[in-house]
Amino acid sequence: MPMQERQEILKPVSNLFIASSVLVALFLNALPWGGIWLVLRPDFVAVVMLYWCTHKPYRMGIGLSWAVGILSDVNDASLFGQHALSYTILAFGGVVLNRRIRMFDLREQTTQVFLILLATYSVYAVVNWQVNGQLAWSYFLGCLTSTLLWIPVSALFQSVRQRRVERE
Amino acid sequence: MEGTQTFQVFNRGPSPVARLVFFSVLSLLLMFVDARYRYLETTRSLISELVYPVQRLATLPGVLWQQTEEFFVSHNRLLEENKELHRQHEADMVELVQWQAMLRENRQLHTLLSLQQRSQPNVKFAEIVYAERDVFRRKILIDKGSAANIQEGQVVMDDKGIVGQITRVYPWLSEVTLITEKDHAVPVQIQRNGLRSIAFGAGDTSHLALRYMPVSADIVKGDVLVTSGIDGLYPPGIPVARVDTIERDAAYPFARIVCTPLGGVDEHRYLMVLSSTSALPPRPEETPAPSRQKSKKMGGH
Repeated sequence: MPMQERQEILKPVSNLFIASSVLVALFLNALPWGGIWLVLRPDFVAVVMLYWCTHKPYRMGIGLSWAVGILSDVNDASLFGQHALSYTILAFGGVVLNRRIRMFDLREQTTQVFLILLATYSVYAVVNWQVNGQLAWSYFLGCLTSTLLWIPVSALFQSVRQRRVERE
Repeated sequence: MEGTQTFQVFNRGPSPVARLVFFSVLSLLLMFVDARYRYLETTRSLISELVYPVQRLATLPGVLWQQTEEFFVSHNRLLEENKELHRQHEADMVELVQWQAMLRENRQLHTLLSLQQRSQPNVKFAEIVYAERDVFRRKILIDKGSAANIQEGQVVMDDKGIVGQITRVYPWLSEVTLITEKDHAVPVQIQRNGLRSIAFGAGDTSHLALRYMPVSADIVKGDVLVTSGIDGLYPPGIPVARVDTIERDAAYPFARIVCTPLGGVDEHRYLMVLSSTSALPPRPEETPAPSRQKSKKMGGH
């Protein structure tokens, strides 16, 4: 498996890198999206968290995802715990399936990632439906764009981590 | 390390399933407490101070874009705009003088009739920091918070009509729920004949609905709805919406009335926050109805 071999060369990532990537994702989510762009906006935070949960499951786990979810809840003015719950599910999927996902190459990973993200989005939508009695199907478009974002985000992080090795 | 599943060398703490269950239950509890009792507002505003730098930073691209746009505005356009504003100002001045005379007269009449005086609402200007970021919700955040003495429940409007109501106050920001948010209610009155009703948000940005109006109600297309001021929260007489379509179906007891909000609910950058302090006498206590379950939401059309 070429993927597995390549990963062994990757240097361990610093905590600072993980934290700043999550902060950047929060920032991207907070940009003034509106109208159709809001519907199509991928959930940057979810994708970044899923990357760290699958690649560094002992550093970014369910508890930290939950905490980031609480930050997102404040950021989005949603119900307290709504993002937290969906990101908990996301992290669980990532942590439990991390070996399985890393076995595939990037393109094959997307199907697995799509299912995890779909579960995450569904949890959020169901909570909203229960509390506000309203279900917007267009919301699930964001799940598709988030899945599409998986490839560039993983490629980006992978290349950053490799460059660190080359610099040595 | 092939046998990691069965033989754990390092103690990694509780298993993922245990963590999943713990944090899910915690989230559910938080949601329940937040939705039902709203106990967590102080926690929320504490955490909001953590997130505030990110939020502010996120508005930067928009602000920069606007500043570049402003920088390249042509001299001619500014002159023209200035002229237009002057004309508008003069026209408004005439109306204002008349209005003030009328206000004096009205006050005098109120005193003669020994009615309660209407208090003058206090106006604060605020800028929209960002619009709704959740597909499900109709909310905006403005750049004045409890530091500027904004309080929950205050009314937010633009120059044309009501936009929404303050629902949550942070130290430097506050959250406005738009009148088009699903099930948000505004007590209104038809300007033409004074008929009272309640306008509900329909859940999309461009519509309000008048529910529970009998088929025979005297409403025609084009009627303007203004706030009735009956609940003491909204000052009376502020435009809210215009009636758009009326469907009278004899099969239903109520007419289906759809209105368009007059205020630019999702248009402008600058808004006004009214802090009316009308002192209504306290509401008489209701005798508790025998075991009536409070319905969670109202059945919408």
